[in-house]
Amino acid sequence: MPYRMILILLGIVALVLAPLSQGNYGIYVLCSWLIFSIAAMGLNLTLGYAGQVSLAQAAFMGIGAYTTALMTMAGVHWSFAAAASMGLCFLVGLGLGYPALRVQHHLLAFVTLAFNTLVFLVLRNEEWLTGGSFGIVGIPRPSFFGIETTKQLSFYYFTLVVFLIVAVLFYGVVRSPWGRAFKALRENPIRANSLGVDIRRMTLLAFAIGSALGGLAGALAAPLVQFIDPPAFALVHSLKLLLMVMVGGAGYFFGPMLGAALVTVLPEFLRFTEGYYLMIYATTVLVLMVVCPTGLIGLGKRMVARFRPQRVERGDLKQGAQL
Amino acid sequence: MSEFVQIVLSGLATGSIYALAAIGFTLLWQASQTINFAQGEFVMLPAFFVLVGMHVIGLPMLVSIALALVLSLLVLGLAFKKLVIEPMLPHGTLPIVMATIALGLLMKEAVKEFYSAEAQPFPALVPGDTIRLFGATISAQDLANLAISMLAVLALQLFLNGTRTGRSMQATAQNPAVAEILGVNIKRMVLYTFLINAALAAIASILISPIYLAKFSNGESLGLVAFIAAIVGGFNQIRGALVGGLLIGVIDNLAATYVSAQYRAAVPLILLIIIILVRPQGILGKAEGRAV
Repeated sequence: MPYRMILILLGIVALVLAPLSQGNYGIYVLCSWLIFSIAAMGLNLTLGYAGQVSLAQAAFMGIGAYTTALMTMAGVHWSFAAAASMGLCFLVGLGLGYPALRVQHHLLAFVTLAFNTLVFLVLRNEEWLTGGSFGIVGIPRPSFFGIETTKQLSFYYFTLVVFLIVAVLFYGVVRSPWGRAFKALRENPIRANSLGVDIRRMTLLAFAIGSALGGLAGALAAPLVQFIDPPAFALVHSLKLLLMVMVGGAGYFFGPMLGAALVTVLPEFLRFTEGYYLMIYATTVLVLMVVCPTGLIGLGKRMVARFRPQRVERGDLKQGAQL
Repeated sequence: MSEFVQIVLSGLATGSIYALAAIGFTLLWQASQTINFAQGEFVMLPAFFVLVGMHVIGLPMLVSIALALVLSLLVLGLAFKKLVIEPMLPHGTLPIVMATIALGLLMKEAVKEFYSAEAQPFPALVPGDTIRLFGATISAQDLANLAISMLAVLALQLFLNGTRTGRSMQATAQNPAVAEILGVNIKRMVLYTFLINAALAAIASILISPIYLAKFSNGESLGLVAFIAAIVGGFNQIRGALVGGLLIGVIDNLAATYVSAQYRAAVPLILLIIIILVRPQGILGKAEGRAV
């Protein structure tokens, strides 16, 4: 669809131009939006495409952030550190998902919930490695071929490039036979199984890839703030990421980005409400879930469908039309 | 040795309170496939109902507790079922999970904003005396907690197994379609389950708040413990949740004494992971056929 391509191009142009009118703080908000979008995209693969609840995305961001911080501070280049972060998260995801996915029942949700708490405890208690509750300060920003990213604006463009690469790859994965298998097992696991899709392996793979994307987001978050501490990766943030995916629309390509925008930018708009922000936010999510469980994109689609001309089935044939 | 007995007994006392939350959690799952991620907040909130009754309205303690119980039944039972869960049941488990997470957040923030962000002292039902038993020193409070929660569990068991309504509820949990054909009003049975969960949460709240103090963020750890207890014991069993709760209470206490205070919270989590690896249906649970 060419008009879709034009929209996407316009979106990219807007992303390139967006920081120019912003101060340092505005650019920071945009950066964290992109980073959370990457993490939420990973979670969308687990949740929206493979249909499993993961409550450890923030823990994976933490693992990624600490790995990257420790490696880059030891002098390793960011790209290697980020690759190592993703690899580590992928392996941890496999190790965590394998036992949990042996049984259904949303056990993965509970295992990841426990895992997130464990990671938080380790980050806080192992001071020799992670700096304990003081965290790690002074993480260097990467440079590529002599181009520094120390300035906020150049770091934004660096984040944007990574984000676009991830988005393109993600699009590829979702439309590949793999991605279709993920979708198939979400829609109807039994049928997917009967068509030769190995349910457990596919779900595990989706979870591990999603976790690796969490690691990448962490690898970007560490040099953005140049300071990391355990509370930034606590369970609450996993819940936040989950809400991003659900609010945006799980299983839709642009859902997580919309959700991440809402979750990172909404606080700025609602700042005047002060302490009530989280309450307003929680109520909004609650109402959205009750009214439209497919998220904002689902809501949009429903609105569009309402105003589009539709075929009207003959009343006496309705039963047949449904069959 | 006497120290060990002491630790185990006080562990059983807190564990029995965890068990109340875990049983409610299990009941909700059985009756309506609701995974209530706000269960911890359900246990946090009634204590604040009591505090509001005592300090804001100025009622005596027992009246406040009665008021809290009624409010819990209305808010955490009736309103939760009618306004949140019922409209979402046709959409499957996932939106319910999200909605309960959001609900937990809302309850937490509301208490923080409208009551206090500080931990509140909460009056104990029993004076803080200690009793010497087999050389161990046990607080009367612990014994009372153990007794009250065990009585609650016993009453629940008697109700579920001994009355017609209780058995109808079990039938609804096991097979709603057949139960409905046999003339059970399943909607009402599910509502009863939600009310029982609310009552259990309120009892747990009133028992545990004198120990932990009433704080808006209590729900996080309580909720986690309730999940772990339910899964460790067996997700589909009331007895399982009871055993799981007691076990977690004792292990938690032992870990705090003999492992390290820093990693105390990690021990139940590790137990959870081991259980899922070795015996995914839980200690007492019956293996269910895989959903897929």
